[in-house]
Order: sequence, then structure tokens, then C-alpha cells
Amino acid sequence: MSVEGNGFEAETVTDAAGKWRLYVPEKEDYTISVDEETLPDGVIVDPAKLPAGIEAVSGSTGSFTAGFSATGTKIVNLFLGEGERITTSFWDQFTERFVNGLNFGLLLALAAVGVSLIFGTTGLTNFAHAEMLTFGAIIALVFGVNFGIPMWVVLPLVVVAGAALGWTLDAGLWKPLRRRGIGLVQLMIVSIGLSLALRYVFQFFLGGSTYQLPGAGAPRDIRLGPIAVSWIDLVSMGTSIVLLLAVAYWLLRTRVGKATRAISDNPGLAAASGINVDRVIRVVWVLAASLAAVAGVLWAYFRPGVKWDMGVQVLLLIFAAVTLGGLGTAFGALIGAIIVGLLVELSTLFGIPPDMKYVGALAVLIIILLVRPQGLLGRKERLG
Amino acid sequence: MDWGQILNNTAYWIFSPETIAYALAATGLAVHFGYAGLLNFGMAGFMALGAYGYAISILSFGLPWWVGIIVGCLASVIFAIILGIPTLRLRADYLAIVTIAAAEIVRLALTTQLFDEWTNSADGLGGYHAGFRAANPFPEGTYGFGPWTWTADQLWVRVFGIILLAIAVYLVWALMRSPWGRVLKGIREDEDAVRSLGKNVFAYKMQALIIGGIFGALGGVVFALPSAVVPATYTTSLTFFIWTILLLGGAATVFGPVVGSLIFWLIMGFLGNVLPALANSGLLPLSSAQAGTLRFILVGVALMLIVIFRPQGIFGNKRELTFVK
Repeated sequence: MSVEGNGFEAETVTDAAGKWRLYVPEKEDYTISVDEETLPDGVIVDPAKLPAGIEAVSGSTGSFTAGFSATGTKIVNLFLGEGERITTSFWDQFTERFVNGLNFGLLLALAAVGVSLIFGTTGLTNFAHAEMLTFGAIIALVFGVNFGIPMWVVLPLVVVAGAALGWTLDAGLWKPLRRRGIGLVQLMIVSIGLSLALRYVFQFFLGGSTYQLPGAGAPRDIRLGPIAVSWIDLVSMGTSIVLLLAVAYWLLRTRVGKATRAISDNPGLAAASGINVDRVIRVVWVLAASLAAVAGVLWAYFRPGVKWDMGVQVLLLIFAAVTLGGLGTAFGALIGAIIVGLLVELSTLFGIPPDMKYVGALAVLIIILLVRPQGLLGRKERLG
Repeated sequence: MDWGQILNNTAYWIFSPETIAYALAATGLAVHFGYAGLLNFGMAGFMALGAYGYAISILSFGLPWWVGIIVGCLASVIFAIILGIPTLRLRADYLAIVTIAAAEIVRLALTTQLFDEWTNSADGLGGYHAGFRAANPFPEGTYGFGPWTWTADQLWVRVFGIILLAIAVYLVWALMRSPWGRVLKGIREDEDAVRSLGKNVFAYKMQALIIGGIFGALGGVVFALPSAVVPATYTTSLTFFIWTILLLGGAATVFGPVVGSLIFWLIMGFLGNVLPALANSGLLPLSSAQAGTLRFILVGVALMLIVIFRPQGIFGNKRELTFVK
């Protein structure tokens, strides 16, 4: 048995009497699935005897939608009967999960590149990056839902709002702190304090509930060969790829981009050769915050839902991606993020329970430090 | 607004099990960060292992309560060794990211349905109190006065917690004035200098990680003693609250964590009563849920201000600044 929905998944096994128990975190709609492979041949859940309020998901005989409304508990009785199964093969599941993982990895990459650029230029491990994601999603929620502006206008607005946040944070907080000569560990703890403060500010205004952006949960009705995707998935992946290509072009071909890489390499030498380090760091903060804001919107579509702590849920995956690729290398962060995204989505196919799927990525984080602490693309140097 | 009631409810926190548990965990963190300079962001994981080690060994294996405490401590020792081997040789911020990830792995492993038989997944564990309460030396009755009125069981939890805390504080005081403690502080200030004196820096750091981890696990046990263990308690926020407590009192001080925990919980308790009261009486334009959230915003702001303006904490010595660049 498994329950899925609202970015939450859980699995259990029925006991000898056929009873099962699962918990759900929120009062929303969830999809309940019976693993038909474990049933005897020719036996399915009898569609004629479904309890009230439960509907079969179209195109499947083992999955059902159930709403959890007034109370957090719901008793669902599923009766078995004879019938023809509709199944998806392992290969189809694999391609579907693979596309999902790619989508997830690309949106993680948007955030991870920002974390990596900030680390490279300032040495700061920015824990408040999670809140920069949530901020973007909340801006999209305010403009897209409360003001009813179409999403293709909202997305540029999110970029601008993210840029404004990045500018404000650097001008109001990080630059004065750099001027005071405050150590990196202190800066890291300041970013934790900022993360806590912002997170609870979001909770202050949003409360504990989840809000949906317009078009979230669109049906997967576009078929590309064996892959079924929704138009939201396509737009999401397209946005990520375009933005990542733009960042790559910026880093490799423009003067400020080259200056950024120079500072990551050797800040002292970069300053000595006439690069205005403070100005470049300002640009990096603006860029990182606007990328994070867009990543937040895409994450809100992927979960799906906007919630006050949605950013923190992926913060460690972003850190895992950055560490995997090599701290401070922007392209390493991109590769690391895609590996982490695929790992999270594909791990459930190979016997990892869905509520443990983030563990794989976190374990990779620890293992990579054991065998290759500089990451995949990092330069080997003494990290003692 | 009933000020007597508010002050009464605030005073409750002076001897609450939460205050004692957070003080214990912060003492462990003082060994990690204050004296050894280790950036441990996984204190919630150590506490979770202590609490679950205690609860599971009683419920699933029928062990006596004091064996449960030892099992909890052993679990956190193993956790410290697993964490320490890959990271103690690396730069400080790597340890930070690895410990925070490891603590999340612990929390997810305790939440998953996979180990439901032992952990009861997201619902957590309860009903392991019989052994501890049977060992209660105080006869039945009501003790104390005013906000500090307790049943015999509540008194026993507090006395036991304070005994553990006193032992931990004494150990920290004794260890840090011993030669071992001086080497540890030397490692914090300049690792290479200590290495050049022929000391095994890795071994010292590992010992510090283990000792602090045991204090963290004991904090988890005290946290679990009066009520129940629920995995949702042990999030990264818990770790950050303990950091706030440590930095508030002073990272490299013996009594800093205890005083920090008292101040933290008194302010939280006070605001937790005052803000909803102000909101209800219409003096603040907030709902009572928002009034509750406001406290945590203030924790974040306070953490930033302490680190920027008084990094040595209230009782810390500026010369013994633990933030080495």
C-alpha cells in the first residue's frame, strides 16, 4: 500500500488480516495505491465496491484518490475481486521517474549554482538560501493568485523581486559585515539566524497551510514516446535550461562573469589586478537570489504547493549537490544537482521506501566527503 | 490581562525539563564548539538517538530504565565516531554540512514506516515511564509551591535532570582545566601548532565529539523522561535553538549554556504568554497563532545580533573568542 500527494509519500504492507495504517501530514487529497504485483493473479480491487468519496485514478486499477477533510484520519475499505489489471511496466516507470528526476535536478541546479557562486566569491555557506526559494514562490503566489496576473508575466516579476532581495541582503547585511571583518563561521551562523527569522516571518503571514499556484497539478496528458508529462513539467524544464545556459554564457563570456571566476580562484590576486571585488559580489548576490526565486516557483509546482518551510525541505539537497560537484565550482553544482535529482526520484524504484528517498542524497553527501572531498569537479587541495 | 498568571507561567520554565534538557545539550555543544572549535550542526541527531535509545530499549527489549540511558549514550557515541572519521580531518564548514545532513538522516530514519515496529514512525513512542517512576525515591504527594508545584513523578524528573546537568557541568569544568582541556583549546586556536607539539589532533577532536555527543544524548533522555518522543521534535530548528542558547550564554564558558538555557526559556515562556494575551485583548493586531510565531522570528534576529555584536556571549571572555578565522 502507498499514499502519495502534496509532496508526501509513504508505504506500508498489509498484515495477515489485510489491515493497514498510514499517516498523512495534511488534510488534503491523497492517492492511495495497492501494489497489484503482490496480489494473486487475476485479482484487483473491486471497482464496484469502492467506499463513498473514493475514486479510481483514470488509467489504473490499483490507485485511488481519497480526500482527508475534517479529521486527519480516514478509514478506507478496499474489496478485492476478479478483473483485468491495467499496469505500467518497470521501463515505463523508469522513464517517468527519470524525467521527473531531471526536472527536479534542474530546479535544484538553479539554486545550487547560486549557493556555489556565493561560496566561491565570499566563502559563505548560505543557509538562508532556502528562504530565498520560498520568497520567490510567495511572490508568485501573491501576484499569480491574489492579483490574478498570468504566470508568464509573474515569472519576470519573480526574477525582479528576487534580484531586489539579493541586492537588499548584500547592501543591508553582508557588505557591512564584510567591512567589519567578521569571520566566515560567524557569517555562517548569521545566515542561520537570518534563515530562522525569514522562515518564521513567512509562517507569520502564510500560517501553516499549503497554497497552490495557478495551473499546479496539471494532468500529464502530453505524450512524448513512452513519457507522459504535463505542460507545467515542460515549461519548468525549459525555464531551468534557458536560465542555466544564460548563466553559463555569463560566466564564460562576459567580463563580470570572468571576474567572478577570478575572485573564486584567488580573491587577493583578483583585487590586485583591478577587479572591484565588492561590486562583483553584489552582482553575484543579485544573480543568485533571482535564480533561487525562480527555483522556488518551480519547486512550488514540483511539490506541489507553496508553504512556509518549503525551502528548508530542499536546502540539504542543494548543499549535497554543491558538495558533490565541488564547493565553489558553478558547473560542478549543475552536475551535482542533476545527479541528486535523479537519485532522489529513481531510488524509490529500487526498493527504497518513498519516505526515505531523501536519505540517499544525504548519504551521498557524506560518502563523497569520505572518498573525494573536493567533489567531482573541484581541484584537489588540502582541506585541513 | 492577568499579569500574575503570566509571571507564574513564566517562572514555571526555571525548573522545567525542557530547560534542563536544552542546558545539557548546550553543554555538549560547548565541548564541541566552544572548547574544540568543532562546528556541530547535528545536535538534534544526538538528542534523538539519546531519546530513542532510551525509549526503544525499554519498550522493545524490556531493559531497565538506567540501561536504556546507557544504550542512548552508546548510540550517540557510535554516531559521533561515524561522523568524525570522514570529517574531522576536513575544513570546519564541511563538518557543519555533514553533521546537519546526518541529523536529518536520523530524523528521517525515525519517521519512516520501514522501522515502524520499533519507532512507531511519525506518531513516536510513549508509555515507557514505569521503570523510571518505580525508581522514584520521593513518596507520593505534592511538593513545592506557587509555579513550582509538582507531583512526586514531576519532582523526580527535575531532580534527576538537575543531577545529570550538575555532573555534566562539573565534568566540563574539570576537563577544561586539565592538560587534556588545554590541548583541546590549543587545537581550537591553532591546530598546526598543536600538531607540531606531537599531539594527535584527530584523536583529541574525536574524544571531544564523543563527550559532547554523550551530553547531547543525556539531554535527549531528559527531554523524553516526562512525556513522549516524537520524531518531528528533532528537526534542524532544534539544533539552531541550542546554538542560540550556547552563543547567548557564551560558547567557551562552563555555566554559559545553563544560564543561556534559562534566559532562552524564560523569554520564550514570557513571550509565549504575553503575546497571545496582548493579541486577545486587542493591543496587538495579531491572531494568537501569529503571536506564537513572532517569538521564533525574534530567536532568529537574536541569533544574528549576538553573533555580530557579542560573539563571546554574555559571560564569555573576549580574549577567548571561539570564532577563529
